[in-house]
Amino acid sequence: MTPEITRPLPRSWWLKRAPYFQFVIRELTSLAVFAYALLLIWGMWSAADAGSFSVFYDFLAGPLSRWLHLVVVVLALYHTGTWIALTPKVVVIWREDERVEPDLIAGANAIVFLLISGAVLWLVLA
Amino acid sequence: MAVVDQTVLEVHRYLPDDEAEPRYQSYEITFQDNWVVLDGLNHIKDEIDPTLSFRWSCRMGVCGSCGMMVNGEPALTCEKFIRDYDTETIKVEPLAHFPVVRDLVINMEDFMEKLPSVSPWLIPAEDKPVEEGEYLQTPAQVAHYKRFSMCINCMLCYSACPVYGLDSSFMGPAVLALAERYNLDSRDDGQRRRADVVTAHEGIWECTYVGECTQVCPKGVDPAGAIQMLKLSYALDWAKSLVMPKGGEG
Repeated sequence: MTPEITRPLPRSWWLKRAPYFQFVIRELTSLAVFAYALLLIWGMWSAADAGSFSVFYDFLAGPLSRWLHLVVVVLALYHTGTWIALTPKVVVIWREDERVEPDLIAGANAIVFLLISGAVLWLVLA
Repeated sequence: MAVVDQTVLEVHRYLPDDEAEPRYQSYEITFQDNWVVLDGLNHIKDEIDPTLSFRWSCRMGVCGSCGMMVNGEPALTCEKFIRDYDTETIKVEPLAHFPVVRDLVINMEDFMEKLPSVSPWLIPAEDKPVEEGEYLQTPAQVAHYKRFSMCINCMLCYSACPVYGLDSSFMGPAVLALAERYNLDSRDDGQRRRADVVTAHEGIWECTYVGECTQVCPKGVDPAGAIQMLKLSYALDWAKSLVMPKGGEG
């Protein structure tokens, strides 16, 4: 039998094509969510003590915190966008032998997302 | 007379009997306006270098034999017109993620072994005698699975899938799409029988939804969509089995 060659993927495979890069960014958004969860846990732990909470509050008001929030919100919106784009792949609705337009399903999900986000924002700001 | 132009095909060469390492060989060709990349390769084989090896058959996007990487993208070479490439050279390589046997020829054994593992045939709830006639379907029932039945086994989706590239134990897009094709068929009752293979670690849960399998599919099969639908339906089956361990019987 003649020898075959295999071509393992290089470590930089995700830089070779734009969709691969976008996929890896989507996966990395989970790290931003994790970082934000840690921030919230820190806030909850420090709430019991005025001194600790003051340190936490100062951090929140600082420039690093502003950048963190900006990055997290951009990544979270990106992830949300990819999620909404995925929904028509899973939610396949048929009217007799005609499939409901995928854009309609994604659009409906986007509207529900905006409504719920708006409601949460209203509750927080009210 | 068809318009003619010139280009260079930079072709992956691997001749295991003579050379230990693969290399690229450039062929300058004069092509006609209606030539596809496969025509260019056939021209090289017929007129310039008969040692070049590649697979092809129908030349009309049906057989799925001529899949290769063209300028880094998985494609059926019979569907890609040379005139549409504005690069100085067109790089032609074997499909990514598969072992290479020779030049542009890949070893597809892994795919061929996985293909039957999902029982890609109708498994009716009850076999009926031939005298009772066909298993009938309405056009609406056909529409539910038709797009997943258009696969020509060209394996472009495997070459576009980095998950398969990183871990070839993954069942892969085409095989899983075929499982969903039969699961969605109103004449089929084999979803549970396919469950062990489809829901194994190497099955649907290995897919991280990169989505490129769907983008490169020349037949619009949407394997990425099929896999996400499989995830949902088998997750629902699992949830139902928790609520109703005996399947609602007794």
